[in-house]
Amino acid sequence: HQSSTGREERRFAEVPRESIKLMAESTGVELSEEVAALLAEDVCYRLREATQNSSQFMRHAKRRKLSVEDFNRALRWSNTETVCGYGAQDALPFRPLKEGELFFVEDREINLVELALATNIPKGCAETMVRVHVSYLDGKGNLEPQGTVPTAVQSLSEDLLKYYQQITRAILGEDPHLMKVKSVSHDLDQLNRLLHMVKSLVQNPYLYLGSYVRSLVSSVMYCILEPLAASINPLNDHWTLRDYAALLLSHIFWTHGDLVSGLYHQILLSLQKVLSDPVRPLCSHYGAVVGLHALGWKAVERVLYPHLPAYWANLQAVLDDYSVSNAQVKADGHKVYGAILVAVERCLKMKALSLTLAAEGSSAGLPGTTTGAVGFRENSPGLSPPPEPLSEPPLGIASHLQAGGAGCQWEEWTPVSLPAMYCELYSFFGDSLAVRFSTDPPLGGAPPPGPCQPLEGRKEPASSAPNLENTRKMPQLTASMNISPRQDGSPRMEPQPPSLAATVPGRSLSRSSSSSSVSRSRSSSSRPGRSTSQSRDIFPKSRFPLPQAGPPAFSFIIGGRQMGRRCQGRRFQTSFTPTPPLTTLPPRAYAHKLPVIGRVSKPVRRWTCSHYSLHLPL
Amino acid sequence: MAAVQDGPMELDTEKETKPEILSDGTSKLSGNTASGTLSSSPLTAGGAPKQEDQQTLIAVLQFLRRNKLSESVEILRREAGLEDQEDSQTLDGSGGGKGDRDGGEANSLLSRVSITSAAAPQSTLTPITVKRANEQLDVSVVLSAYSQQGDPSLYQVYYSGLKNFIESVLDCHRAELSQLFYPLFVHMYLELVYNNHENEAKAFFEKFGGDQECYYQDDLRVLCGLTKKEHLKGNEVLLDFRTSRFVLRISRDSYQLLKRHLQERHNNQIWNIIQEHLYIDIFDGMPRSKSQIDSMSGSFAGEARREVNKVKVFHGLLKEPEIEVPLDDEEDEAENEEGKPKKKKTKKDSMGSKSKKQDPNAPQQNRIPLPELKDSDKLDKIMYMKESTKRIRLGPENLPSICFYSFLNAYQGLTAVDFTDDSSLLAGGFADSTVRIWSVTPKKLRKVKSAGELNLIDKESDDVLERIMDEKTASESKILCGHSGPVYSVSFSPDRNYLLSSSEDGTVRLWSLQTFTCLVGYKGHNYPVWDTHFSPFGYYFVSGGHDRVARLWATDHYQPLRIFAGHLADVTCTRFHPNSNYVATGSTDRTIRLWDVLNGNCVRIFTGHKGPVHSLAFSPNGKFLASGSTDGRVLLWDIGHGLMIGELKGHTDTIYALKFSRDGEILASGSMDNTVRLWDSTKAFDDVETDDFTAATGHIHLPDNSQELLLGTYHSKSTPVTHLHFTRRNLLLAAGGYSSQ
Repeated sequence: HQSSTGREERRFAEVPRESIKLMAESTGVELSEEVAALLAEDVCYRLREATQNSSQFMRHAKRRKLSVEDFNRALRWSNTETVCGYGAQDALPFRPLKEGELFFVEDREINLVELALATNIPKGCAETMVRVHVSYLDGKGNLEPQGTVPTAVQSLSEDLLKYYQQITRAILGEDPHLMKVKSVSHDLDQLNRLLHMVKSLVQNPYLYLGSYVRSLVSSVMYCILEPLAASINPLNDHWTLRDYAALLLSHIFWTHGDLVSGLYHQILLSLQKVLSDPVRPLCSHYGAVVGLHALGWKAVERVLYPHLPAYWANLQAVLDDYSVSNAQVKADGHKVYGAILVAVERCLKMKALSLTLAAEGSSAGLPGTTTGAVGFRENSPGLSPPPEPLSEPPLGIASHLQAGGAGCQWEEWTPVSLPAMYCELYSFFGDSLAVRFSTDPPLGGAPPPGPCQPLEGRKEPASSAPNLENTRKMPQLTASMNISPRQDGSPRMEPQPPSLAATVPGRSLSRSSSSSSVSRSRSSSSRPGRSTSQSRDIFPKSRFPLPQAGPPAFSFIIGGRQMGRRCQGRRFQTSFTPTPPLTTLPPRAYAHKLPVIGRVSKPVRRWTCSHYSLHLPL
Repeated sequence: MAAVQDGPMELDTEKETKPEILSDGTSKLSGNTASGTLSSSPLTAGGAPKQEDQQTLIAVLQFLRRNKLSESVEILRREAGLEDQEDSQTLDGSGGGKGDRDGGEANSLLSRVSITSAAAPQSTLTPITVKRANEQLDVSVVLSAYSQQGDPSLYQVYYSGLKNFIESVLDCHRAELSQLFYPLFVHMYLELVYNNHENEAKAFFEKFGGDQECYYQDDLRVLCGLTKKEHLKGNEVLLDFRTSRFVLRISRDSYQLLKRHLQERHNNQIWNIIQEHLYIDIFDGMPRSKSQIDSMSGSFAGEARREVNKVKVFHGLLKEPEIEVPLDDEEDEAENEEGKPKKKKTKKDSMGSKSKKQDPNAPQQNRIPLPELKDSDKLDKIMYMKESTKRIRLGPENLPSICFYSFLNAYQGLTAVDFTDDSSLLAGGFADSTVRIWSVTPKKLRKVKSAGELNLIDKESDDVLERIMDEKTASESKILCGHSGPVYSVSFSPDRNYLLSSSEDGTVRLWSLQTFTCLVGYKGHNYPVWDTHFSPFGYYFVSGGHDRVARLWATDHYQPLRIFAGHLADVTCTRFHPNSNYVATGSTDRTIRLWDVLNGNCVRIFTGHKGPVHSLAFSPNGKFLASGSTDGRVLLWDIGHGLMIGELKGHTDTIYALKFSRDGEILASGSMDNTVRLWDSTKAFDDVETDDFTAATGHIHLPDNSQELLLGTYHSKSTPVTHLHFTRRNLLLAAGGYSSQ
C-alpha cells in the first residue's frame, strides 16, 4: 500500500515519517522515530526509482499516460510485489476531503445485485480494426489541420498567442473536443468546466462576444435542456448543473442580450417548446422551468403559467404513480414540481410587487395607505392555521380560469390579474403554495443582507420619527410570521427560531415580533427594490403587496375591488382565531402523504375556523 | 541471468579455437592499454587508468583460471607481463570477494553492466569475458575510487572556486570549460554521498544543481533523490556514470588554462576527479562555441571521443549485379532469371550505371555471409523493379500523398506497427501481448493446410503453391498469441514469410506467416526487449533491450551471434544498415552507436540527443542516418565522416517513426504530437559543407534552417504516429492507434 500512496508522488514529494509509523503500527510493529525517518527516506527513494522505471514502460508502449500497469511492471522487474486493485482503465478520481487534509482515491461501492440483475448486458469490446481515413493527396489535401490555432487567433501577437494557448490548455485540458458540448455530455465535470469557461467569457468586460453569444447560449441551453447522458445515472448531480446553467443563461441574457436581437424570444420559444413536449424527460422539463425562472418572473408568467394546466396533468400522473419502477421518475417529478413552485412563487411575488410599485406611483403621497392596506391575518403563531379556508374562495374562480389559461399562447398573452393567477396556481399547489408566502425565507437564493440590517437597526430610529407608522406596521409583520406552521411540512422551517413560537403567541399585534420574522418578510419584498437605498423606503410600502401575494389571496377576494378603485381605500383584514387545532390535523395527515404537493381535488373544509374579523389597521 | 549470458560464450568458445580468440582479445586489450595511456598522457599523472586496465586484465585471468583454461592464462599473462602482479592480485581478489558479498543484490544488476569504456571497441566475445571480471571488481574497485576522503565541507568551496575561475576566463574558453561543470558536479555529489556526507551532499546539490544545463534536468532529478550510499549500489545509471569516463572535448588552449589554474590553487580534489573520472579529449585549434558544444553534448557519458569515430565504415551499398540493369521490364526479368544478381536491395535505374563501378565505400560483397536468393526472392525483385519504374519522384515541389492507417478500438494498446516492404501486410503489436496481422490488399490471409491434408494434394501440379493454402482459413486478419507481455516491436522479414516480435517477457519470437504459428522463441535478453529488426536480406536480425545490449541473431540459431555491448542504458531501437554490414542502435543514454556486424566493434558513437533515442532510419544510399528522440528533434548524421550534419526541430513530442522516401529525397517523421512532418533531406545533406577541417575536428556549424527544410506538417485525428512506410511507388503510409482522449 505504500506504493499505492506514492504513485501520485511528485518530483520532490516525500512520505512523512508519521505515515511510515502509522503503516508500521497497522501491521503491529513499533518503530522508533529514527528508524521511521530512515525508512521514510528509503521509501521515498524506492518509490521515485520505481516511478522512473515505470515511465520507461510507458514510453515504449507509446503512451502519454502512465498506467498502473506500467508501475506494476517496474515493480515486478525489481522483484517487488505489485499493487493490486487499481487496474481499471478509467481514471481514478483523487479527491480531497474537505474537513482535514485527507486525500483519497474514490472507490465507489458497486451494487453487485443490481449489476447482476441488470437487463442491459454490456457489450464486449469492439474488435480492433484498421481503417485508412486520412489522406493528404500530393501533400496537399486537408491543409487546414485540425487542432491548430484558428486563423482568427493567428493574427495575435506572440504574447497573446501564448496566453491563448495557456488558456485553451487550461480549459480544455487534454481534450480538444470539449468545444463540442455534445461530445462530453457523459462527463459532468467537463460540462461544469465548460460552463465556468462560458461564465468567465461572459464576465470578461473586455471581451466583445458579438455573434458568439448565440453559440454560447446554445451551449448553455444544451446543458439546461438536453437529457444529458450523465443524467442516466441518478447519482450524478446534473440538477446542479442545470441550475447553474440556467443562472448563467440569465446572466448572458442580461449582460449580452442586446447583442443578439430576438434572443429573448428565441430562448423563450425553445424553453416553451421543451416544456410543451410531453415526450421529453422530466430533467428537460426541469431545465426549462429553472431556465424560465432564471430569466425572470415575466418569463414565468408568460410561458410557464399558461402552460401549467396542460403540463400539470402529466406531472400529476407521474407523481401519483407509486409503483416501484416509477420511483426514479417520481423523484425527478418532485424536482420539477419544486422548481415550478419556486418559479411561480417568485412570479407572484414579483408581480405583486410590480403592481404595488405601479400603485405606489399613483399613490406616492400616501404612504400610510399602502402600509395600512396590507391585509394580514392575525393569528396565534404557535398554531398552525388551517390553509383550507383560505383556499375556499379561489376555487370557484380557478375553475373558470383554468379553461382560459390552458389554451393561452404566450404570443397572445394577456396579463392575468394577480388574484386570478394566485387562485389558479393555488388550485394546483394548494397549501404548499400558500405556505411559501408566509414562511418564505430568502427567495431566489438572495436574501439581501443589506436590507436586513437596516431593518434591524430600524427599531431604534423607528421610535423617533415614524413611530406611528411603526406601530401600524407591526401587526403585519407578526402576521406574516405566524402563518408559518411547522406542521405544514414546509421544508424551510428551520430558520425560524423555536423561541418565536413562544414569544409571539401572546402578543400577536405587539411590536416585539422577533427580527427574524421581520427580516423574512422583508427579504421577500426587498428584491424588487433594486436600489438598496431606496429599498429602505420602499419597504414599508412594499409590504402592502407582500401579504397580498401569500395569505392575502384571501384578503383580496374580499377587499380586492376596493383596491382596484382606490388604492388607499380600506382593506379588509382577516384573522383567524387561535382555535383551529381541529383543522390542523387533517391537513397534516394529508401533508404527510404528499408533503409538498397540493391538490385541487382535496375537499375543502369551509369555514371551519371561520370567524373572520374585519380589521381596519388605519 | 549471469548463467544465461555465459551460454553464448561457452558455445562460441567451443566452436572456435580458444587460444586464438583469447589472444586476439588480449592483444586488443593490451593495445587498448597502450592507447589508453597514450591518450591520457596529456594528463601526465596517468597512473590510475593503467591500473584500471591491469585490474581488468587480472580479472580476466581470474576468470580463465576458474574455468580451467590454464593455457590461455599463460598466454595472457605472458603478453600482458603480469607475472609479478599475480600475488598482489590474489589479495585483491579476496577484497573483491568481499565486495561481492556486500553487493549481493547489486551483483545481479552488475552482471548486466557491459564493459568499461576502455574495452568498448572489442569483439563480441571479449565483452563477456570482461563482464565476468566486472562482477567481482566493479563494486570494490569502482566505488573505491571514491573512497579517498576530502574534507566534505570544502567541496562547495572547490566547486565555486572553479566556477568563479571559469566565469572569469575569456569568452572563447568559457564555453568549453563550462562543460566541466556537469561531470564535476555529479562526481563531487556522488563522492559526498558515497562517503556518507548526506547533509553536505544535499547542500551541495541545492547550491549548484540549478546551474547545470537544462538538458541534464532528467539526470539531475534522478540524482537529487539519491542521498544514501546504499542507494548508490543499486542504481545502474550512476554506476555507469562512474565506470565510464565522461568525455569532454576541449581545445588545447583552454585545457592549459584550466590546468594552470588548478595547479596554482593546489586544487587536488578537482584535479583528482578530472584525472580519474573524466576523459579530456584535447584538440588543437580554435575553441568551440557554445552552440557547437551544446549541439554535441547531452548524453550520459559526454561526447564521443574523436578517435572512436575514426574507424572506416563501409557505408556504401552492396554491388549491383555485373550486368547493368536495363530499364525495360522484360530484360530485367531475363537477367534475374539468369540468377546473376546476387543481391540488390536498394537503388534504381538512375544509379544503375554507377553501380557498375565498385563503390569505394562499399563493403566486400561477401564481407558477411548473406543468404542465397531463392526463386521467390527473385520474383519479388522483379516486382520491385517494375514498381519502381512507376515510382513518383519526390521533391519539395512534389510531396507524397499520405495514407493514414488508424487502429480503432485499440484502447491505447497499440505499441508497434510494421508494413511489409511491398505494403501488402500490416502487423500490429499490442500491449495485451498479441500480435495481429492484417492484409492491406484484398487478398485474404490463409494458412497452409495441415500435414494430413497436404499429403493429399498433387505435388506435381502447377498451382501447388495455391493448393497448399487452406481456403477455409481465409480472413482479413490473424492474431498471433504467444508472448506473455506487451509486444514492443514487430518486424517483417523481407520475403514476407516471417514476422519477428519482441516483448516485455524478454523474448523475441519468430512467427511463420504461412502457418501463423510461432516457430522460435529467442531467449537471451531476459529483460524487456524494446526493439527488433530484420536485416534487409533476411536471415539476420538484431534486437535490443533493457539489458543494455543489442544482440545479433540468425533465424536458425537459438543463441545470438554477436552481442553489442557498450550502451550505458537501455537499447531502445535498432536498425540494420541497408548493406546489412552494420547495425545502428539508439539508447536511453542518448547516444547512437553503429556496430560492425562482422566483428562486433562499435564503429561510431553519435552524441547530441538530449533525450532517449526512439527512432532511427538509414538513408537508402546508406550514407546518412536520421534519429529521433523524446526531445522532439530529428538529428541527421553523416556516417562516413562520423558527424552530425543536421538538426530538424519542429515536433513537440517524442518521435517514434522516421523513414526516408525510396529515393532518399524526403524524410518523414511521425510523432506522439499527432503529426507527420516531411523534411527536405536532399537540401539538408547538401547544405552541409564537409571540408577537411570540420571532418578532422568534428566541429561543425549547424545551420539553423529547420523551417526551410520543413516541407509540410500533417495532422492526424488525435492519433499518435507509430510507424511510417514508403511504398515502392513512394506513397507514404502512416499508422497509429486512435486515442479518444
